[in-house]
Amino acid sequence: MKLSDFLTGVKEVEVNGPKIITSFTIPGIDLTINLTETIVVGWIVMLVLLGLILFLTHNMQVRAVSKRQMIAEMLVETVENLVESSMGKKFRSFAPYVATIFAFSCFGSLISLLGLRPVTGDFNTTFCWGLMTFMLVEYAKIRTNGVGGYLKGFFEPIPLMFPINLLSEVATPVSMGFRHFGNVAGGMIITSLLYFALTAASTALGLAVPVLTVGIPAVLSVYFDLFTGFMQAFIFIMLTMAYLDSAFGSEE
Amino acid sequence: MEKALLLAGSAIGAGLAMIAGIGPGIGEGYAVGKACEAIGRQPEASGAVTRTMFVGCAVAESTGIYSFVVALILLFANPLLGKL
Repeated sequence: MKLSDFLTGVKEVEVNGPKIITSFTIPGIDLTINLTETIVVGWIVMLVLLGLILFLTHNMQVRAVSKRQMIAEMLVETVENLVESSMGKKFRSFAPYVATIFAFSCFGSLISLLGLRPVTGDFNTTFCWGLMTFMLVEYAKIRTNGVGGYLKGFFEPIPLMFPINLLSEVATPVSMGFRHFGNVAGGMIITSLLYFALTAASTALGLAVPVLTVGIPAVLSVYFDLFTGFMQAFIFIMLTMAYLDSAFGSEE
Repeated sequence: MEKALLLAGSAIGAGLAMIAGIGPGIGEGYAVGKACEAIGRQPEASGAVTRTMFVGCAVAESTGIYSFVVALILLFANPLLGKL
Protein backbone atom coordinates (compact mmCIF):
# COMPACT_ATOMS: atom_id res chain seq x y z
CA MET A 1 0.00 0.00 0.00
CA LYS A 2 1.76 3.10 -1.25
CA LEU A 3 0.74 6.66 -0.53
CA SER A 4 -0.16 7.27 -4.17
CA ASP A 5 -2.70 4.46 -3.93
CA PHE A 6 -4.91 6.75 -1.87
CA LEU A 7 -5.31 9.03 -4.88
CA THR A 8 -5.49 6.57 -7.73
CA GLY A 9 -6.83 3.54 -5.89
CA VAL A 10 -5.66 -0.04 -6.14
CA LYS A 11 -6.22 -1.22 -9.69
CA GLU A 12 -4.95 -4.77 -9.33
CA VAL A 13 -4.51 -7.17 -6.49
CA GLU A 14 -0.84 -7.61 -5.71
CA VAL A 15 0.25 -10.17 -3.18
CA ASN A 16 3.99 -10.45 -2.91
CA GLY A 17 6.42 -12.00 -0.52
CA PRO A 18 8.91 -9.76 1.24
CA LYS A 19 11.03 -7.79 -1.23
CA ILE A 20 14.67 -8.75 -1.60
CA ILE A 21 16.72 -5.60 -1.10
CA THR A 22 20.18 -6.95 -1.88
CA SER A 23 21.78 -10.36 -1.97
CA PHE A 24 25.27 -11.38 -0.91
CA THR A 25 27.18 -14.32 -2.22
CA ILE A 26 29.57 -15.89 0.22
CA PRO A 27 32.77 -16.69 -1.69
CA GLY A 28 34.10 -20.21 -1.49
CA ILE A 29 30.82 -21.98 -0.74
CA ASP A 30 27.95 -21.58 -3.14
CA LEU A 31 25.57 -19.78 -0.82
CA THR A 32 23.51 -16.69 -1.47
CA ILE A 33 22.07 -14.72 1.40
CA ASN A 34 19.14 -12.46 0.59
CA LEU A 35 18.71 -9.33 2.63
CA THR A 36 14.92 -9.11 2.63
CA GLU A 37 12.44 -6.53 3.82
CA THR A 38 11.63 -8.78 6.77
CA ILE A 39 15.22 -8.69 8.04
CA VAL A 40 15.44 -4.91 7.77
CA VAL A 41 12.09 -4.35 9.48
CA GLY A 42 13.05 -6.96 12.08
CA TRP A 43 16.18 -4.97 12.94
CA ILE A 44 14.09 -1.81 13.16
CA VAL A 45 11.77 -3.57 15.60
CA MET A 46 14.74 -4.78 17.63
CA LEU A 47 16.19 -1.26 17.78
CA VAL A 48 12.83 0.18 18.82
CA LEU A 49 12.47 -2.43 21.55
CA LEU A 50 16.03 -1.89 22.74
CA GLY A 51 15.49 1.85 22.89
CA LEU A 52 12.22 1.42 24.75
CA ILE A 53 13.72 -0.93 27.32
CA LEU A 54 16.76 1.29 27.85
CA PHE A 55 14.47 4.29 28.25
CA LEU A 56 12.29 2.46 30.78
CA THR A 57 15.10 1.02 32.87
CA HIS A 58 17.90 3.59 32.95
CA ASN A 59 18.63 5.26 36.26
CA MET A 60 16.59 2.86 38.39
CA GLN A 61 16.19 3.61 42.09
CA VAL A 62 15.13 1.64 45.14
CA ARG A 63 13.33 4.62 46.66
CA ALA A 64 11.61 7.53 44.93
CA VAL A 65 10.50 5.33 42.05
CA SER A 66 9.89 7.24 38.83
CA LYS A 67 6.91 6.65 36.55
CA ARG A 68 9.13 4.99 33.94
CA GLN A 69 10.43 2.52 36.46
CA MET A 70 6.90 1.75 37.65
CA ILE A 71 5.87 0.87 34.10
CA ALA A 72 8.93 -1.37 33.71
CA GLU A 73 8.24 -3.11 37.01
CA MET A 74 4.60 -3.59 36.08
CA LEU A 75 5.55 -5.20 32.76
CA VAL A 76 8.03 -7.58 34.40
CA GLU A 77 5.55 -8.50 37.11
CA THR A 78 2.74 -9.14 34.62
CA VAL A 79 4.89 -11.55 32.61
CA GLU A 80 6.19 -13.32 35.71
CA ASN A 81 2.68 -13.74 37.09
CA LEU A 82 1.48 -15.11 33.75
CA VAL A 83 4.34 -17.62 33.60
CA GLU A 84 3.80 -18.56 37.22
CA SER A 85 0.08 -19.07 36.84
CA SER A 86 0.41 -21.26 33.74
CA MET A 87 3.61 -23.17 34.53
CA GLY A 88 4.11 -22.93 38.28
CA LYS A 89 6.61 -21.11 40.47
CA LYS A 90 9.53 -23.35 39.52
CA PHE A 91 9.63 -22.12 35.94
CA ARG A 92 9.90 -18.41 36.62
CA SER A 93 13.24 -18.47 34.83
CA PHE A 94 11.40 -18.88 31.52
CA ALA A 95 9.78 -15.46 31.91
CA PRO A 96 12.51 -13.58 29.96
CA TYR A 97 12.21 -15.95 26.98
CA VAL A 98 8.44 -15.66 26.98
CA ALA A 99 8.54 -11.88 27.32
CA THR A 100 11.07 -11.56 24.49
CA ILE A 101 8.97 -13.57 22.06
CA PHE A 102 5.83 -11.71 23.07
CA ALA A 103 7.40 -8.28 22.67
CA PHE A 104 9.05 -9.06 19.35
CA SER A 105 5.92 -10.69 17.95
CA CYS A 106 3.62 -7.94 19.18
CA PHE A 107 5.79 -5.11 17.86
CA GLY A 108 6.60 -7.03 14.71
CA SER A 109 2.90 -7.26 13.88
CA LEU A 110 1.99 -3.77 15.05
CA ILE A 111 4.68 -2.19 12.86
CA SER A 112 2.29 -2.74 9.97
CA LEU A 113 0.38 0.26 11.33
CA LEU A 114 3.31 2.40 10.14
CA GLY A 115 2.99 1.01 6.63
CA LEU A 116 5.96 -1.32 6.90
CA ARG A 117 5.66 -5.00 6.13
CA PRO A 118 4.98 -6.92 9.36
CA VAL A 119 7.85 -9.16 10.42
CA THR A 120 5.41 -11.92 11.31
CA GLY A 121 3.98 -11.93 7.78
CA ASP A 122 6.99 -14.00 6.73
CA PHE A 123 6.97 -17.71 7.42
CA ASN A 124 10.73 -17.71 8.08
CA THR A 125 10.31 -15.55 11.16
CA THR A 126 7.50 -17.47 12.79
CA PHE A 127 8.96 -20.85 11.87
CA CYS A 128 12.22 -19.76 13.48
CA TRP A 129 10.38 -18.97 16.72
CA GLY A 130 8.57 -22.28 16.48
CA LEU A 131 11.93 -24.06 16.10
CA MET A 132 13.32 -22.27 19.15
CA THR A 133 10.38 -23.40 21.25
CA PHE A 134 10.59 -26.89 19.74
CA MET A 135 14.26 -27.23 20.72
CA LEU A 136 13.49 -26.02 24.22
CA VAL A 137 10.66 -28.54 24.52
CA GLU A 138 12.81 -31.42 23.24
CA TYR A 139 15.59 -30.43 25.64
CA ALA A 140 13.05 -30.38 28.48
CA LYS A 141 11.76 -33.82 27.52
CA ILE A 142 15.25 -35.31 27.35
CA ARG A 143 16.18 -33.76 30.68
CA THR A 144 13.01 -35.02 32.33
CA ASN A 145 12.92 -38.57 30.97
CA GLY A 146 16.56 -39.20 30.04
CA VAL A 147 17.63 -40.12 26.52
CA GLY A 148 16.25 -43.66 26.82
CA GLY A 149 12.90 -42.52 28.15
CA TYR A 150 12.71 -39.83 25.48
CA LEU A 151 13.27 -42.34 22.67
CA LYS A 152 10.92 -44.80 24.32
CA GLY A 153 8.21 -42.16 24.30
CA PHE A 154 8.04 -42.45 20.51
CA PHE A 155 7.08 -46.14 20.72
CA GLU A 156 4.19 -45.68 23.10
CA PRO A 157 1.52 -46.94 23.52
CA ILE A 158 2.47 -49.53 20.87
CA PRO A 159 5.56 -49.59 18.60
CA LEU A 160 3.30 -49.36 15.55
CA MET A 161 2.54 -45.75 16.51
CA PHE A 162 6.15 -44.63 15.88
CA PRO A 163 5.52 -42.80 12.57
CA ILE A 164 2.49 -41.01 13.95
CA ASN A 165 4.32 -39.97 17.12
CA LEU A 166 7.28 -38.72 15.09
CA LEU A 167 4.96 -36.76 12.81
CA SER A 168 3.11 -35.15 15.68
CA GLU A 169 6.44 -34.15 17.21
CA VAL A 170 7.72 -32.59 13.98
CA ALA A 171 4.37 -30.90 13.35
CA THR A 172 4.69 -28.79 16.50
CA PRO A 173 7.01 -26.03 15.18
CA VAL A 174 5.42 -26.17 11.73
CA SER A 175 1.92 -25.67 13.07
CA MET A 176 3.03 -22.92 15.46
CA GLY A 177 4.80 -21.13 12.63
CA PHE A 178 1.97 -21.55 10.14
CA ARG A 179 -0.65 -20.41 12.65
CA HIS A 180 1.01 -17.10 13.32
CA PHE A 181 2.07 -16.55 9.71
CA GLY A 182 -1.34 -17.52 8.34
CA ASN A 183 -3.23 -15.11 10.53
CA VAL A 184 -1.03 -12.14 9.65
CA ALA A 185 -0.72 -13.01 5.95
CA GLY A 186 -4.46 -13.62 5.72
CA GLY A 187 -5.07 -10.17 7.15
CA MET A 188 -2.72 -8.61 4.59
CA ILE A 189 -4.42 -10.38 1.69
CA ILE A 190 -7.94 -9.56 2.83
CA THR A 191 -6.97 -5.91 3.31
CA SER A 192 -5.51 -5.68 -0.19
CA LEU A 193 -8.60 -7.40 -1.63
CA LEU A 194 -10.79 -4.89 0.19
CA TYR A 195 -8.83 -1.95 -1.22
CA PHE A 196 -9.22 -3.43 -4.70
CA ALA A 197 -12.95 -3.96 -4.23
CA LEU A 198 -13.54 -0.48 -2.84
CA THR A 199 -11.58 1.08 -5.70
CA ALA A 200 -13.67 -0.87 -8.19
CA ALA A 201 -16.85 0.21 -6.41
CA SER A 202 -15.76 3.87 -6.50
CA THR A 203 -14.98 3.61 -10.20
CA ALA A 204 -18.36 2.01 -10.84
CA LEU A 205 -20.01 4.93 -9.08
CA GLY A 206 -18.15 7.29 -11.40
CA LEU A 207 -15.83 8.84 -8.83
CA ALA A 208 -12.37 9.85 -10.04
CA VAL A 209 -10.80 9.69 -6.58
CA PRO A 210 -11.62 6.46 -4.69
CA VAL A 211 -13.49 8.10 -1.84
CA LEU A 212 -14.76 4.78 -0.52
CA THR A 213 -11.27 3.61 0.40
CA VAL A 214 -11.09 6.31 3.06
CA GLY A 215 -12.14 5.11 6.47
CA ILE A 216 -13.82 1.79 5.67
CA PRO A 217 -10.60 -0.30 5.68
CA ALA A 218 -9.70 1.23 9.06
CA VAL A 219 -12.40 -0.89 10.70
CA LEU A 220 -10.78 -4.06 9.35
CA SER A 221 -7.36 -2.73 10.26
CA VAL A 222 -8.38 -2.55 13.91
CA TYR A 223 -9.16 -6.26 13.78
CA PHE A 224 -6.33 -7.49 11.57
CA ASP A 225 -3.52 -5.25 12.78
CA LEU A 226 -4.31 -4.53 16.41
CA PHE A 227 -6.37 -7.49 17.58
CA THR A 228 -4.75 -10.26 15.53
CA GLY A 229 -1.25 -8.94 16.16
CA PHE A 230 -1.72 -8.90 19.89
CA MET A 231 -3.76 -12.11 20.04
CA GLN A 232 -1.33 -14.18 17.99
CA ALA A 233 1.60 -13.02 20.12
CA PHE A 234 -0.35 -14.00 23.22
CA ILE A 235 -1.37 -17.36 21.77
CA PHE A 236 2.20 -18.08 20.72
CA ILE A 237 3.55 -17.60 24.23
CA MET A 238 0.61 -19.47 25.81
CA LEU A 239 1.29 -22.45 23.54
CA THR A 240 5.02 -22.20 24.28
CA MET A 241 4.28 -22.37 27.98
CA ALA A 242 1.75 -25.18 27.58
CA TYR A 243 4.22 -27.32 25.60
CA LEU A 244 7.02 -26.59 28.06
CA ASP A 245 4.78 -27.34 30.99
CA SER A 246 3.75 -30.71 29.61
CA ALA A 247 7.37 -31.52 28.73
CA PHE A 248 8.59 -30.77 32.24
CA GLY A 249 5.38 -32.13 33.76
CA SER A 250 6.41 -35.56 35.00
CA GLU A 251 9.37 -34.12 36.90
CA GLU A 252 7.22 -32.90 39.78
CA MET B 1 -3.44 -24.14 -23.47
CA GLU B 2 -1.80 -26.41 -20.93
CA LYS B 3 -0.91 -23.41 -18.80
CA ALA B 4 -4.45 -22.06 -18.88
CA LEU B 5 -5.80 -25.44 -17.87
CA LEU B 6 -3.30 -25.67 -15.02
CA LEU B 7 -4.08 -22.16 -13.78
CA ALA B 8 -7.82 -22.82 -13.90
CA GLY B 9 -7.34 -26.06 -12.01
CA SER B 10 -5.19 -24.30 -9.42
CA ALA B 11 -7.77 -21.57 -8.90
CA ILE B 12 -10.55 -24.12 -8.44
CA GLY B 13 -8.32 -26.12 -6.12
CA ALA B 14 -7.58 -23.05 -4.02
CA GLY B 15 -11.29 -22.38 -3.70
CA LEU B 16 -11.97 -25.97 -2.74
CA ALA B 17 -9.15 -25.90 -0.18
CA MET B 18 -10.79 -23.01 1.60
CA ILE B 19 -13.89 -25.14 2.26
CA ALA B 20 -11.85 -26.41 5.19
CA GLY B 21 -12.66 -23.06 6.81
CA ILE B 22 -16.01 -24.54 7.85
CA GLY B 23 -14.38 -26.84 10.38
CA PRO B 24 -12.60 -24.24 12.52
CA GLY B 25 -15.70 -22.04 12.31
CA ILE B 26 -17.91 -24.67 13.86
CA GLY B 27 -15.26 -25.78 16.33
CA GLU B 28 -14.39 -22.31 17.56
CA GLY B 29 -18.03 -21.35 17.85
CA TYR B 30 -18.64 -24.40 19.98
CA ALA B 31 -15.60 -23.64 22.16
CA VAL B 32 -16.63 -20.01 22.69
CA GLY B 33 -20.20 -21.06 23.49
CA LYS B 34 -18.97 -23.49 26.11
CA ALA B 35 -16.64 -20.84 27.53
CA CYS B 36 -19.59 -18.44 27.84
CA GLU B 37 -21.52 -21.12 29.70
CA ALA B 38 -18.58 -21.70 32.01
CA ILE B 39 -18.22 -17.98 32.73
CA GLY B 40 -21.96 -17.78 33.38
CA ARG B 41 -21.67 -20.56 35.94
CA GLN B 42 -18.45 -19.33 37.53
CA PRO B 43 -17.88 -15.63 36.83
CA GLU B 44 -14.87 -15.57 39.17
CA ALA B 45 -12.95 -17.95 36.88
CA SER B 46 -13.49 -15.81 33.78
CA GLY B 47 -9.79 -14.96 33.38
CA ALA B 48 -8.59 -18.54 33.32
CA VAL B 49 -11.52 -19.64 31.13
CA THR B 50 -10.85 -16.89 28.59
CA ARG B 51 -7.13 -17.69 28.42
CA THR B 52 -7.78 -21.40 27.94
CA MET B 53 -10.46 -20.67 25.36
CA PHE B 54 -8.12 -18.54 23.25
CA VAL B 55 -5.43 -21.22 23.25
CA GLY B 56 -8.03 -23.85 22.36
CA CYS B 57 -9.36 -21.67 19.57
CA ALA B 58 -5.85 -21.20 18.22
CA VAL B 59 -5.31 -24.94 18.12
CA ALA B 60 -8.70 -25.51 16.51
CA GLU B 61 -7.80 -22.93 13.90
CA SER B 62 -4.79 -24.94 12.68
CA THR B 63 -6.67 -26.91 10.03
CA GLY B 64 -8.16 -23.72 8.62
CA ILE B 65 -4.72 -22.13 8.49
CA TYR B 66 -3.27 -25.19 6.73
CA SER B 67 -5.94 -24.99 4.06
CA PHE B 68 -5.27 -21.27 3.73
CA VAL B 69 -1.56 -21.94 3.22
CA VAL B 70 -2.40 -24.55 0.57
CA ALA B 71 -4.63 -22.02 -1.20
CA LEU B 72 -1.87 -19.39 -1.01
CA ILE B 73 0.69 -21.77 -2.51
CA LEU B 74 -1.70 -22.71 -5.30
CA LEU B 75 -2.45 -19.09 -6.13
CA PHE B 76 0.85 -17.27 -5.66
CA ALA B 77 3.68 -19.80 -5.63
CA ASN B 78 2.36 -22.62 -7.75
CA PRO B 79 4.93 -25.43 -7.80
CA LEU B 80 3.16 -27.17 -10.70
CA LEU B 81 3.94 -24.35 -13.13
CA GLY B 82 7.59 -25.35 -13.17
CA LYS B 83 6.69 -28.82 -14.41
CA LEU B 84 5.19 -27.68 -17.70
